[in-house]
Amino acid sequence: MKNRSLISISDYSKQEQIDLLDRAANFEQHPRRDILKNKVIASLFFEPSTRTRLSFESAVQQLGGSVVGFTSSDSSSVQKGESLKDTILTVSNYCDLIVIRHPVDGSARYASEVSPVPIINAGDGANQHPTQCLLDMYSIRKTQNKLENLDITFVGDLKYGRTVHSLIIALCQFNTRFHLVSPVELKLPSAVKRFIKEAKLHYEQYIDLTEVVAKSDIIYMTRIQRERFPDPIEYEKVKNAYNLRNNMLENSRPNLKILHPLPRVNEISVDVDSSSKAYYFEQARNGVFVRQALIASILGLIS
Amino acid sequence: MNRKRKELIVSALNNGTVIDHIPPERVFQVIRILGLDQTGKQVYFGTNLESKKYGRKGIIKISDTYFENEEINKIALVAPSATLIEIHDFEVVRKTHVVIPETIEKIVKCFNPNCITNKELISTRFHVIYDENGLLKLVCHYCEKNTSKANFVFV
Repeated sequence: MKNRSLISISDYSKQEQIDLLDRAANFEQHPRRDILKNKVIASLFFEPSTRTRLSFESAVQQLGGSVVGFTSSDSSSVQKGESLKDTILTVSNYCDLIVIRHPVDGSARYASEVSPVPIINAGDGANQHPTQCLLDMYSIRKTQNKLENLDITFVGDLKYGRTVHSLIIALCQFNTRFHLVSPVELKLPSAVKRFIKEAKLHYEQYIDLTEVVAKSDIIYMTRIQRERFPDPIEYEKVKNAYNLRNNMLENSRPNLKILHPLPRVNEISVDVDSSSKAYYFEQARNGVFVRQALIASILGLIS
Repeated sequence: MNRKRKELIVSALNNGTVIDHIPPERVFQVIRILGLDQTGKQVYFGTNLESKKYGRKGIIKISDTYFENEEINKIALVAPSATLIEIHDFEVVRKTHVVIPETIEKIVKCFNPNCITNKELISTRFHVIYDENGLLKLVCHYCEKNTSKANFVFV
């Protein structure tokens, strides 16, 4: 992985993904060490994203590295009309690695082609968000002690949800049984279903969440994102489609865990938070270890 | 008599390549894709010619020029029916059909308006796939979205 950018999860092989999860487990044991001392990481957030940015910055600082960058395009040279290429070429002079979040699809891939330093994609528009995918895989493996042969249920916006798409594609490597719960308007796109079919795996589609709770090892809830809807009326129709409450978990499997990429709005009731099956805040914590493992691997500081 | 001689001058190709069975509306595109508007060689073209197979067709003849497969296959998206005839010393030595390549560069625009290739000055690049119905689709190398044939806009 040394010096290799991570733009899409499929840039890394299955073995490399598993190696990263193993290294992340090691960082979970020892998250604070000085291996990034004298290293500078640029954090270029062309659109705001508090969680992802803080998680990356915390990952770097806990390892003794420093962070330069900006938190929205208002405060950068983008305001002055600079091209992405020029920004990347300039910033690459100041750092060892660039973390980029950008609203345009494909911007991170392009950045990796012009940049002399490696790039980590922290979300490019509606396209990819591979570190979210890795932390989801890490959370599933940690709570189930395996990645193979699980019943994984995805709920909510399966059409526009980019984390859902990447995670489903990654899980196709692990003989997953997919349960897909969404309103008719927000079904999983056929381009993603194609991966499931090509892996010779099965999926079932549902509208009613209660049908599938009892047969899930993981329930992956998602927020229905207003900003992805071209038509506000379409959003109004589906925004309250799902609400997971604690009493719905009565007949669920003992090993069930509930995941959510956060932020949550109303799709998980707060009464679920105290359940031992709620895992979404620990999931966010795992993001730090996965990002530490990734940065340290790309910079060739661990093997 | 006179008319016939003119035809002969145009048809006779000592050495070079004939690209036949081009859809008539695509002749100029093929010329552009192959850079024939920049060549120093003799180029003849005809369009809206009668064709037994297709009704109407276009044809291009280029003297003293031969194409590598990789180069000629660039026209496969705009002229999938095209045939390539190589001529040496007035003899046809090779006749081939164009083949759609695995990657397509520069020729087509990405259909996704939020793709970086539609925002900055970057050449497009696609991987060719076929969906479950066997229809050709282009997957953008950058935004990873599909552009289907109905949505092709040529650069």
